[in-house]
Amino acid sequence: MGSGSIGSADMILNIGPQHPATHGVLRLRIVVDGERLVSADPVIGYMHRGAEKLFEVRDYRQIIVLANRHDWLSAFSNELGVVLAAEELLGMEIPERATWTRTLLAELQRTLSHLVFLGSYPLELGAITPTFFAFHEREAIQAVLEELSGGRLHYMFNRVGGLKDDHPAGWLDRVTKAVADVRAGLADIEGLLMTNEILKARTVGVGVLSPELIKAYGVTGPIARASGVDVDLRRDAPYLAYGELFGEGGPGRVVTRTGGDAYARLSCLFEQTYNSLDIADACVARLSEMPRGPINQRLPKVLKVPEGETYAVVENSLGQNGYFLVSRGDKTPWRMKLRTASFNNIGVLVEMLPGNLVSDMVSIMGSMFFVVGDVDK
Amino acid sequence: MGAAMSVWEVVLRSVAVLAAFLVLPLLVGFMEHKVMAHMQARLGPMYAGGFHGWAQLIADAAKFVQKDDLLPTAADKGVFRLAPSLALIPYLVALAVVPLSPSIVGADAPASAVVVLAATAVGVLGGLMAGWASANKYSLLGGLRSAAQLIAYELPMVLAVASVALAAGTLSLTGIATEWRPWWLLWQLPAAFVFLAGGCAEIQRPPFDMPLADSEIVFGPYTEYSGLRFALFLLAEYAGIVLMSLLMSVMFLGAWHGPWSGPLGWLWTILKAVPIAFLFLWFRNSWPRLREDQLQRFAWLVLVPLALVQLLITAVGVVMMR
Repeated sequence: MGSGSIGSADMILNIGPQHPATHGVLRLRIVVDGERLVSADPVIGYMHRGAEKLFEVRDYRQIIVLANRHDWLSAFSNELGVVLAAEELLGMEIPERATWTRTLLAELQRTLSHLVFLGSYPLELGAITPTFFAFHEREAIQAVLEELSGGRLHYMFNRVGGLKDDHPAGWLDRVTKAVADVRAGLADIEGLLMTNEILKARTVGVGVLSPELIKAYGVTGPIARASGVDVDLRRDAPYLAYGELFGEGGPGRVVTRTGGDAYARLSCLFEQTYNSLDIADACVARLSEMPRGPINQRLPKVLKVPEGETYAVVENSLGQNGYFLVSRGDKTPWRMKLRTASFNNIGVLVEMLPGNLVSDMVSIMGSMFFVVGDVDK
Repeated sequence: MGAAMSVWEVVLRSVAVLAAFLVLPLLVGFMEHKVMAHMQARLGPMYAGGFHGWAQLIADAAKFVQKDDLLPTAADKGVFRLAPSLALIPYLVALAVVPLSPSIVGADAPASAVVVLAATAVGVLGGLMAGWASANKYSLLGGLRSAAQLIAYELPMVLAVASVALAAGTLSLTGIATEWRPWWLLWQLPAAFVFLAGGCAEIQRPPFDMPLADSEIVFGPYTEYSGLRFALFLLAEYAGIVLMSLLMSVMFLGAWHGPWSGPLGWLWTILKAVPIAFLFLWFRNSWPRLREDQLQRFAWLVLVPLALVQLLITAVGVVMMR
């Protein structure tokens, strides 16, 4: 490949901002020699919505509405970061029932998010069927989340001090059923993909990401773990009920791979989804033997967070999402800074893409599992 | 060939071939809608025409006709306009020489196998022209990919056809099908595999749809097309499936050989082509897309050697049976 010897000119190609492989409006400005990339430059900001500035003029309940939107595939997990930060500054103890329900919902959310990528990545490689299977499985989980919260995408179910409502009667049983259904369906998707020679040909050894680059660019989440970087906040800095779940004898496992290529990333995502379902089962078991009790704290009409600053960081579906909250004692934060997983995960593309073919560019980008809203905020 | 045909017979035969050429791809297209839907736990079209959406593709055609025929400012206009016809018409020419039974054939050319190979090779030019004339970088990449693909599949396909032609001792498709015996299914199996894979690459169907690769280069050479010209490209794709399936049926599956082959031979030929068409749809539903260089590798390291070995086996068989 490459045709430098016959005096050809490089071609500049704009991939996006509207292109099927960019999940929205990421733009890549690439320079290609034939089909081989000489350089790639992600141009971001097409979906910048000024979320951080808006946080400064919203009270904490309103912030949750905004904050669950940057990574629109894991709204519940995003809400969590905001309320955890506020609760920490308030020094608020939240009811055990709320903690376990939050953990359950966070894992169901992780499953939902992972299922999107398990469907959309094969689509980018040209396999059109797994998407439908994945969205079919998502429906089972979305049904129980909708029953609980009324929402299908932006749940808005967290409150400072707990959750909006307790579960409806019999809801936990329906969660168990949904989790079992998804576990069975997931095996079908996995069987369709992971042993397929064409998929292997397109992903094994493609887009190898080294642990050094991961550390340099702050890459986190399943992508980092697929390169053997064994970091998972659920185990390493436990929040919610993860301390127990990832402790001795708990169902939680930190899924790692050593390959660091697109195949390892996809396989990491599959196993992590199975693990999330196991954790969800454990949460349901715990919640069903728990006596009924409060699921939130009574809040004053105007909630003011005392002066101070804190950094809450959670293991979101796509990596570490951090929420740096500075309060001056008002009902709005003085500043709330987001550290979103996708932003860092996309940054490393500059290093990964050059030297690859256009086809592999798509294969690599798809395997970096990002949400453009999470990049641009 | 018998006596010279009268003008009326020529017209009649042409109209019959044209009718088949317009109807069969629609049937395959509708089959794709339904097969794909059910493989993906969906229903597919259900409204157009009432019964299970049978008129969906007719409605689609009506939609395409009404659409604006866009022409990019920077396009090479003549070439851009001509490209869809050049992609489509070779398949019509090829279909004319494919026999459905010893008597039902548009034009019984003496070397119809060669005609078919030559005509389908011309069809690829449509994609190349569209890729170049669109003045679009994605189209250009797609066009170059079709050119690269051409180098991969042409030789193995020719070798596979040479094998059956050698076995039958004739270059006529009618002759090949007449000479066919059930044990050829085994004897010519590698050639059948090579022809199927090569045919799939020729009509640019998944897993060999790199020239189109919607998730990579938008829609390759067809990116800038709209309206009727775009529909012609789509029709060419389905006409390609029809042609490849019928050729598989005629050359490798015994065409009209079967019970009551006298009156129902044409039906046998078509019935044998249906599972092949289904295979093309099935591939698309279950497999990702290969990379262009991986197809080259597959073609030169698997298909060509396999076709050469097949040619050897065929030659030995022909000599021994003499």
